[in-house]
Amino acid sequence: MTLAVALRHAFAGFTLDAAFEAPRGITVLFGRSGSGKTTVVNAVAGLLRPDAGRVALDGHVLTDTAARVFLPPHRRRIGYVFQEGRLFPHLSVRQNLRYGAWFAPKGAAREDFGRVVDLLGIGHLLGRRPGTLSGGEKSRVALGRALLSGPRLILADEPLAALDEARKAEILPYFERLRDEVAVPILYVSHSASEVARLATTVVALEAGRVIAQGPAAEVLGDPDVLPAGAREAGALIHARVAAHHADGLTELDAGGLRLFLPRLARAPGTPVRVRIAAHDVILSRTPPQGLSALNILPGTVAEVRAGEGPGALVAIDTPAGRLLARITRRSAEALGIAPGAAVHAVLKTVSVAPADVGGGPAGG
Amino acid sequence: MADWLSPQEWQALALSLRVSFWATLASLPLGILVAHALARWSFPGRQILNGLVHLPLILPPVVTGYLLLVTFGRRGAVGQLLHDWFGIVLAFRWTGAALAAAVMAFPLMVRAIRLAIEAVDPRLEAAAGTLGASRPWVFLTVTLPLILPGIVAGAILAFAKAMGEFGATITFVANIPGQTQTLPTAIYTFLQVPGGEDDAARLVLVAIAVAMTALLLSEWVGRAVARRIAGR
Repeated sequence: MTLAVALRHAFAGFTLDAAFEAPRGITVLFGRSGSGKTTVVNAVAGLLRPDAGRVALDGHVLTDTAARVFLPPHRRRIGYVFQEGRLFPHLSVRQNLRYGAWFAPKGAAREDFGRVVDLLGIGHLLGRRPGTLSGGEKSRVALGRALLSGPRLILADEPLAALDEARKAEILPYFERLRDEVAVPILYVSHSASEVARLATTVVALEAGRVIAQGPAAEVLGDPDVLPAGAREAGALIHARVAAHHADGLTELDAGGLRLFLPRLARAPGTPVRVRIAAHDVILSRTPPQGLSALNILPGTVAEVRAGEGPGALVAIDTPAGRLLARITRRSAEALGIAPGAAVHAVLKTVSVAPADVGGGPAGG
Repeated sequence: MADWLSPQEWQALALSLRVSFWATLASLPLGILVAHALARWSFPGRQILNGLVHLPLILPPVVTGYLLLVTFGRRGAVGQLLHDWFGIVLAFRWTGAALAAAVMAFPLMVRAIRLAIEAVDPRLEAAAGTLGASRPWVFLTVTLPLILPGIVAGAILAFAKAMGEFGATITFVANIPGQTQTLPTAIYTFLQVPGGEDDAARLVLVAIAVAMTALLLSEWVGRAVARRIAGR
């Protein structure tokens, strides 16, 4: 299934004009607040009638202003996971989960109740009321409720934004499993670079109501011209595989033949992982550095240099491990002669990679 | 115990309870519909409907009774139709007392239910829509259970108001013992007779007891339902 979206909608002082495709897996709508992400999602769900546009799932048209087609929300079969969960307070968790199945067409392909409950680890909550659940539990139940309604598409509007870091770390693996195990496409709204790096198969970057880039996650995140969350949040995504765990607390990764050492990951050797490497954690050197404490030194070639408005510059480096971004000062770039084609060594401190920046899954690899 | 009240007094109490019960029950569906319309729909004439519903609250009851009489009386436009087509007569019958009580209690009922509907998070209703529920189903499975405390409160308030209705009732259906003589009109009758204060006092005690019971019941039921709905 592929979702195709083309929308134009004018608000006072803001115009949304966006077109993109969301294939199987997780497509993250990435942008700052106010960039039009929620408008897009609401238009796809049928909660907002766009001035003009077309929304279709494969051949199935949900909205087509030219043909005067506008399916009401309840006939779209889209599972919407809201930021605040929106569980029905007067129903038990079990009744909440079964609510959508009640209205799904008889022949609809539907996830198995037991499988979803196991996948989300909510079996022990079934008899409880939403009022007694923690934030993380609510999020999981809301996700299960959407999955069990027999949807052809899942929309998730910043489902983790209301949670603290610990709860986020609890939910993210479930989204990773959904991405890898469930066939329905997921359109996921986020302004968090690390969520994008962990989850996205495809990234659609929005800025001021326009799509500024779309494509596979590593490609979009490695483009120094696309900074929907700002230069501070810039960071590339590389795909690697767990090679070995070492006795001194380090995990060794194999990234395109290069060794990469990270703090211990709780993942078995051989597992594919995605690692977000923040641009401000990367140091560049023209010569192979000597006597340095940093463990990761990746040789590569400068692909692009983009000078920012301030003192900084973003440098894109192609390495055997994949595209990296480094945020350095313009002064250093000039002093070192860093320009497209220059050979450099990217230096990365092991401890600068936070656990939240490492995700599982083969998607997008 | 039974002879603590005279047969006429028992009759008045029983009639009051019957009139109030039916007045409340029969107007509840319309009350929910009107409250929903006022809370959630936008349509031309919304303010006029709102004014109309609240009119009995501010009009002198005798005016409401007069309007009922000219509309639903034997010669009234609606009264004649009801009589000719269905054989229903409201004027000077207990059913007419129920109509008068219902009209007078309607604003209180609508107000309570409307407040409950406005307190329901529309985002929950939107969520139900995305899960495949059409509008009527959203109302039945989400809105209605969530406003249940408001409906209970509105119904009990309306019942209590109906128990005490006097002006519109006496104007529309008069004060016929066994037919249209309710608790308040019976008290009024006793007070018209010299030395009737003692009889009136007993009925006053009964009226107070009924009103207090209704109030406590509404508090208790409302709290029980609210607890269930709060999701704990």
